[in-house]
Amino acid sequence: MLKVENLDLSFDDLVLADNMSFELEASKTHVIIGPNGTGKSTLLKTLFGDIQPQKGQVSFEGAPLTKATLSTWRTQFGYMPQDIRLDVGLTVLEVVLLGQLNALSLKLGDQLLEEALQALDQIGLLHLANRDVRTLSGGQCQMILFAQALMRKPKILMLDEPVSALDLHFQQVLLDHLDQQTKQKGWVSLMILHDLNLAAQYADNLLVLKGGKVVAQGAPKDVITPAMVEDVYGVKADVQLDSLGVPFIRTQRRGAHAYVSMKESLNESKPESSYAN
Amino acid sequence: MQHSIMIAEALDSQRRSEKRRWFVLSALLILLLCSFIFDIATGPSLLDLGDVTDALLNKLGAPVEVARTTEVIVTNLRLPIALMAIIVGGSLGVGGAEMQTLLNNPMASPYTLGMAAAAGFGAALMLYIGSLGLSSQIAVPIGAFVCCMLSASLLFGLAMMRHITSGQLILAGIALLFLFQSLLSLVQFVSSPELSQQILFWLFGSLTKANWTNVTITAVVTFACMAVLLKDSWKLTALRLGEERAKSLGVNVTRLRLKTLILVAIMTATATSFVGIIGFIGIVAPNIARMLVGEDQRYFLPLSFVVGAFLLSSASVLSKVIVPGALFPIGIVTAIIGVPFFFWLIIGKRR
Repeated sequence: MLKVENLDLSFDDLVLADNMSFELEASKTHVIIGPNGTGKSTLLKTLFGDIQPQKGQVSFEGAPLTKATLSTWRTQFGYMPQDIRLDVGLTVLEVVLLGQLNALSLKLGDQLLEEALQALDQIGLLHLANRDVRTLSGGQCQMILFAQALMRKPKILMLDEPVSALDLHFQQVLLDHLDQQTKQKGWVSLMILHDLNLAAQYADNLLVLKGGKVVAQGAPKDVITPAMVEDVYGVKADVQLDSLGVPFIRTQRRGAHAYVSMKESLNESKPESSYAN
Repeated sequence: MQHSIMIAEALDSQRRSEKRRWFVLSALLILLLCSFIFDIATGPSLLDLGDVTDALLNKLGAPVEVARTTEVIVTNLRLPIALMAIIVGGSLGVGGAEMQTLLNNPMASPYTLGMAAAAGFGAALMLYIGSLGLSSQIAVPIGAFVCCMLSASLLFGLAMMRHITSGQLILAGIALLFLFQSLLSLVQFVSSPELSQQILFWLFGSLTKANWTNVTITAVVTFACMAVLLKDSWKLTALRLGEERAKSLGVNVTRLRLKTLILVAIMTATATSFVGIIGFIGIVAPNIARMLVGEDQRYFLPLSFVVGAFLLSSASVLSKVIVPGALFPIGIVTAIIGVPFFFWLIIGKRR
């Protein structure tokens, strides 16, 4: 269990955590949502020990994070920061290999290479293994970095907006793989998402961050409500439950004029898509 | 089953690319050997290439007959210079490669970060104040070394601070470059014309100051630093993914940055203090190496050395043959070859 107790974190007058406490259980996927600039990424950095909070404590399985334990603390993490640019003359395989940084030596054995290739195979990107990463698209880079985080054999996996550049197919590949591995290997998985529908689909536990507080926490169907969406994002939305009891939300466009003009254009236009029914 | 075949194929392809990189490394080593032999053969009296090879083999203990004059010219005069070209060129190449890695910028080198300028200032200052009663052959390298380390330690101070980005470090380095250049001009301005001439000659960079003592010192320092850097090669490779990502992979970025900066500073200070300022190799050699083998430091680092060594060694040959009988300062030759190449690099990158 990853435990955060009485965390205070602020920069000048910007308060990112105000006496914040929560617990994240193992074998579960925890998703953080919240408005831009509310300190979600900073919270992940704090959990990773990269930013020191003014007050409070972080601990995993009873062992607290301190300056002395920092390097061992970090070995437990697979952490995928938000930035997905890869501007370096390395192959995909080499980038994935770096996930096992401490096991690498001047002469590489077959076993490590095979492990990295298997990590790529599991997410369906084995065919990219020998490509120069500078020739990849943003989404492909993001998947490669996910494979790198998996190579770390983490106990805690933290992903900062892991699907921001992914198409529908790879969103599903990544999130399904994450969900399955989290349950199978007993990870504490924590990710930041902006798409509330994806969050609702994949979160076992949803945390809503706003103004330095966890304003709501729990199962998606309890957390995602029109009142929460309006309060946190200032957006009006309809929320319904699908046949599996998972909420899905649809926002309302702002302003009546926009709504009418959209309706008109829909009426006038003939469908050009070959998938239209 | 299908998957295990594909994995085996990808593994095979990785092994092939490793072999290819070894091939590139060996090919450049052969080129380096050629330019090394040419470097020994050229000079006021041109030696026969076969005689040079024989003399070298003889030196290595092979039972080959060599004429006495050839042996004296090779061993006492040209071999230290030719070896110095290789070691200094290699050291500048490695220094540039690691600066570029550290700062995530292909334009970084000990030269552009003011370390060479600081060494130049130190040397000029020593000449100006009359070498503190020591012989100028000892005092000037010491002055250069001290000042170079001084300017590097200003960079260390910055690098140790938390949340200093590589961009800010580069800016600080460029500021130091301007500072030491101004100080250098100041020393030249207040010096007598003869002294100013002497300073200028030192600044040009010349391998003729090489002797067996300083070649040995430079070689020991360079190879020792390289061995430590090679040990960190995977961490340095990880650093190129960006500071945040390197941290996420468990690299202590602040410590690695400091350690590497210190090693590069020691290498640069040593090399520069004996041969003066030689520009461009620090920038150009790593860029060529990167194009040839990518940025896996296990290959990138040694190849940066070999390319740097080859460039300086062939520049040394050129400096002797442009005008027969006259010896051009090698610092001038490297810059003249370096600039067009640098432009080609920039334009090539844009495509």
